[in-house]
Amino acid sequence: MRKAWIRYCACFGLLAVLLAVLLVWNVCAGSVDFTAAEVLAALASPMAPGIIWGIRLPRVLAAAILGGALSVSGFLLQTFFANPIAGPFVLGISSGAKLAVSLVMIFLLSRGGTAGSMALIAGAFAGSMLSMGFILLLSRRVKQMSMLVVGGVMIGHICSAVTDFLVTFADDSNIVNLHNWSMGSFSGTSWDSVGVMSWVVFLSLGLAFLLSKPIGAYQMGEVYAQNMGVNVKRFRVELILLSSILSACVTAFAGPVSFVGIAVPHLIKSLFRTAKPIVMIPACFLGGAVFCLGCDLIARTVFAPTELNISSVTAVFGAPVVIYLMASRKSGRVRG
Amino acid sequence: MREVYLRTEDLAVGYGGRPLIREIRLELARGQIMTLIGPNGAGKSTILKSVIRQLEPVGGAVYLDGRDMAGLSERETARRMSVLMTSHVRPELMTCEDVVATGRYPYTGRLGILGREDWEKVEECLALVQASDLAERDFSRISDGQRQRVLLARALCQEPEVLVLDEPTSFLDIRHKLELLAILKDMVRSRDLAVVMSLHELDLAQKISDYVVCVRGDRIERQGTPEDIFTADYMMALYGAARGSYNALFGSLELEPAGGAPRVFVIGGGGAGIPVYRRLQRLGTPFAAGVLQENDVDYPVAAALAAEVVGERRFQPVGEDAFRRAAAVMERCGLVLCPLEDFGPMNEKNRLLREMAREAGKLRDGL
Repeated sequence: MRKAWIRYCACFGLLAVLLAVLLVWNVCAGSVDFTAAEVLAALASPMAPGIIWGIRLPRVLAAAILGGALSVSGFLLQTFFANPIAGPFVLGISSGAKLAVSLVMIFLLSRGGTAGSMALIAGAFAGSMLSMGFILLLSRRVKQMSMLVVGGVMIGHICSAVTDFLVTFADDSNIVNLHNWSMGSFSGTSWDSVGVMSWVVFLSLGLAFLLSKPIGAYQMGEVYAQNMGVNVKRFRVELILLSSILSACVTAFAGPVSFVGIAVPHLIKSLFRTAKPIVMIPACFLGGAVFCLGCDLIARTVFAPTELNISSVTAVFGAPVVIYLMASRKSGRVRG
Repeated sequence: MREVYLRTEDLAVGYGGRPLIREIRLELARGQIMTLIGPNGAGKSTILKSVIRQLEPVGGAVYLDGRDMAGLSERETARRMSVLMTSHVRPELMTCEDVVATGRYPYTGRLGILGREDWEKVEECLALVQASDLAERDFSRISDGQRQRVLLARALCQEPEVLVLDEPTSFLDIRHKLELLAILKDMVRSRDLAVVMSLHELDLAQKISDYVVCVRGDRIERQGTPEDIFTADYMMALYGAARGSYNALFGSLELEPAGGAPRVFVIGGGGAGIPVYRRLQRLGTPFAAGVLQENDVDYPVAAALAAEVVGERRFQPVGEDAFRRAAAVMERCGLVLCPLEDFGPMNEKNRLLREMAREAGKLRDGL
């Protein structure tokens, strides 16, 4: 036991250092480069106008918070479906949120209004719950996990197709905005948005952490969880709501971001060599933050001044992990 | 009679509100083992699932220590009842120790962190099932037998008063079957547990159970002590088995005898005959067996497998009458086998039969 906790502490330390380094690096690097000294000087005078406070910092914080939220959401979904390749993106939940957010945006913008962050989150939440509902219905009929994922991907494609359709026929002035967002990007995040997303994400995260005991029981399967004293019905609802809120929040602010939800929890599990939720929830958050900061750094700097959308980068690093997981799972079944 | 701890009152169980089995009335005291037997798909698991509240009962109620379980909170139930079910658990990256530790769930705080005492209980339970050496091993990489023992330790770690097990011995080899049931029996005695389980192995059910419940289709067909339940005729009827036979004394099964008139006569007794009977049965050769006292160990097997058995009353020397009947049967057989080497006053006539066969040139050493 003690050995395990030493390992956890070391891994948390590693993640914290990586997070700090990437935070600073992200603020420094970009179309205009700053030295670390300049960044520290700028940080000393809060809210000073300029690139660091106006553009870089909110974007960097958004990448960290949303990345963390996405990977925790993935971890919760994997527990729920007892499937390592479940995640908000592959199950079509992100795409459902994306569709609902586009509808909200088009509706509000066409009325000459602006889309506030709360309206976007509400839209995204409604959209993700809708996709989630489909997936839950499907999961009653198909017991095979791979088929469930295929179903999720299909739902995702349908939602994306409808979104593309909407974007194509939206007013010209809206398209640029909508198009950027629907591809997934952390750019253009305002301090207001950072405020709202912090609230939503950290509150959900806290609730998820408080659920770590029943989540741990649920990893033993529904029957045992119930026998240990978990109110399974209520717990399932709580888990679904939390994971949907987390992924909806990400989609509302940054659009759909692929593969973070699967890749990061898996990497974190391998690093910590445990799946204990009490460790995994904070660790996944940190890991997701590190992963997304790294990917955003690449998205912004590799082909600067051209910026890649974030999903292209996360997919490059995340998809191989998913493929590895599917392959190793299959061989595991043959052995078992 | 001890005080009833677990009781069902007109329990009806089923799926989707449709009752599958009605009027289930079970009573179990602590320190006792109740076993559910019956054909596949008879509803044993459905009853167990309803007792542990995985399924909502369609009607009636389950009482635990005199209290209706529907009114007990999850935590209260968890502290009284724990389970070992057939569902495959393959939790990720959990050591056996972690798995056993999940049994402490109803005793830990909000975040489920185990204290020193909890860990001591975990160790103790692993030791009880002789799995201390598995503590650090990955749960998904141990054998089925080890896995069942660890899951039993998990169930014990929950410090239950009732333990519910659904076919705990399926997929285990005989060594692990025996080990698991021996541990279970010890626990029942030392921890004063009440155990409800389903078993497929009739022989084991007969030996371990204090009380047996026969589930068949839409009802509990019979319940009672193993002595009441395990009779040859009833077992065949319960399982709707038409071929072969069931030996009530040993709980063993025999295949059906070969048909037709006997071609081989076997002079047996004292256990010498059984391997020969089985061999002939496998070859599909109808045979006759004799002369066997009814209390001879060969007798029940001969009765199950032979086309004809020449018997003598129990505890009696083989008499003139039996000898003459045996000689007549032997006359009709082309071959005589005599695995028997020792003769005494009780079976002196069997020695005479062997001599007759030898003179007739029918006696063979083996097949």
